[in-house]
Amino acid sequence: MNISYMYSLIAVVVLFLLAYVGVKLPGGEVFFGVIIPYLALIIFVLGFVNRVIDWARSPVPFRIPTTCGQQKSLPWIKSASIDNPSGTGGVIVRMILEVVFLRSLFRNTKCELKAGDKISYEWEKWLWLFSLIFHWSFFIVLFRHLRFFTEPVPACLQLLEKLDGFLQIGLPGLMLSGVALLAAVTFLFLRRILIPQVKYISLGSDYFPLFLIFGIAFTGILMRYFTKVDIVGAKAFTMGLVTLKPHITEGVGSVFYVHLFFVSVLLAYFPFSKLMHLGGIFMSPTRNLANTSRVKRHVNPWNYPVKIHTYEAYEDEFREKMIEAGLPVEKMMEPETPEEPEEKE
Amino acid sequence: MPNNKKMYDKGKVVAGLCIFVVLITFPFWFNLGKAAPVPEPKLSDKAKAAKECVMPKAYMKAEHMQILNEWRDTVVRDAKRIYTNPSGKKFNMSLSNTCLDCHTEKAEFCDACHNYASVTPYCWDCHIDPKEAK
Repeated sequence: MNISYMYSLIAVVVLFLLAYVGVKLPGGEVFFGVIIPYLALIIFVLGFVNRVIDWARSPVPFRIPTTCGQQKSLPWIKSASIDNPSGTGGVIVRMILEVVFLRSLFRNTKCELKAGDKISYEWEKWLWLFSLIFHWSFFIVLFRHLRFFTEPVPACLQLLEKLDGFLQIGLPGLMLSGVALLAAVTFLFLRRILIPQVKYISLGSDYFPLFLIFGIAFTGILMRYFTKVDIVGAKAFTMGLVTLKPHITEGVGSVFYVHLFFVSVLLAYFPFSKLMHLGGIFMSPTRNLANTSRVKRHVNPWNYPVKIHTYEAYEDEFREKMIEAGLPVEKMMEPETPEEPEEKE
Repeated sequence: MPNNKKMYDKGKVVAGLCIFVVLITFPFWFNLGKAAPVPEPKLSDKAKAAKECVMPKAYMKAEHMQILNEWRDTVVRDAKRIYTNPSGKKFNMSLSNTCLDCHTEKAEFCDACHNYASVTPYCWDCHIDPKEAK
C-alpha cells in the first residue's frame, strides 16, 4: 500500500459520497447544483489568470530554450529551425507541435541497466501515445458537452458526434472518445504504480487528478449508457446555469450531481495544481524563446548599477603620484595641463 | 525580487488570457438574450387515447432507443415480428407502422427532444416519416 494513492483514492471516494448523500439533504440540490458550480468556475478563471500573471512577473533575462538541434550559424551549415529556433516563426511552429502533438514527450526514452552495469536508453513511445490519446479524448469529450450548454447546438458539434460515434455500436451510440479517455487514464495510472521509478516519484497530487478524471469519465459513462439520465432535464438544468437563471430540475438523479460535483472540484483544484500546465506550456521559457543568445545581447533586468572606475580614470587621478613614485604610466603628463579635463566613465 | 509588479511580455500574456477567458465563458455569451424553452413532446390524440405505450412512460423515455434496437435485430435477423409486452399485449415490431401510427407527428414528438439534446438517431437513414416525404 502506498499512502500517496490511497489518500487520493479515499479523497475521491469521500467526494463521491459527499455529493451522493449531500444532494439528498434539504437544500442539497441547490448547494451542489448551483452554488458549488458557479463558485468553482469563478475560482478556476480567477485562479488561472492570477497564476499566469504571477508567472509573467518572473523575469526571464536570458534565453534558455532547450536546444535539440544545430543553431543558426553560417549559411552553409544546415540549422534546425524548429528544434533550435532562431526567430518567432520557428518558435510558433515549435509551440504548435508541442501543444497539439506533445512533441517533446515523443523523445521519451527508457533508461535501464542491462547485463549488470551496462546502461541503455530504449525507444519508449507508450507514454507519448497514451498522453496524446488522453489529452485529445478529454478535449473531444469536453467539446461534445457543449451540446448541453448551447441552444441551438452548433452544426459542428453534430458532425463531431457523428465522427465520434461512427462505429454505431449499441444505442445510445457508443462514443469512442469516452472509451479512449477511460483507457488512457487507466494506462497513466497503471504506469505510475507499475514502474518502480515512476511510483517512487509519484505524489498524492499526481494520483488525485487521475482518480478525479477517472471518476468524471466513469459517472458520465454511467449516465449515458447505464442509468440513463433524463437528458432533457439535464440540459434544462445546465442551460439554466449558463443563462444565469439557475433552477433545479427534478429527477436528474444523484449520479448527475456527483458528475457535476467532480467537475466542479476539478475546476476549483485546477489553478493550484499540476494541471496548470494548460497555461504553463505557453509560459515555458524552454519552449517559447528563440535561441538568440549569441545574436542579441540580453541584459539582466535586475542588474545592480555597478559603479565602475576604469584604469584610464584611475591613472588620470593618480598620474602625478605614480610618476613621482616611479611607476609606469600609459600616458605621460602633459607639461601645461597636469590633469585630464575630461573624465571618462 | 525587485520590481515585483512588472509583467514581462505584457501584451502577449494579456492577449492570451483574454482569449482564454472568452473561450471558457463561451456558453455564457453564446446564449445571451436567447430563450431556450424546454421542449415537451406532443402526444397525438390517438396516443392520448391509448394511454400507455409499449412500456410505461418512464421506461419508454429512458430506454426507447434500446427497444427499437432490439426490435430491429429481432425482425431483421430472426424474422419475428410480434412483440409481447409484460402485460401480455402484442405489438407488431415496426417503427413506421406501430410507433408512427400513434406518434403521428415525428417533428413534434421525436424531433422535439432529439433536436434539443442534439441527438441525431440513424433511424431515419432508412425509415421515412410519410408526412415529411410528401
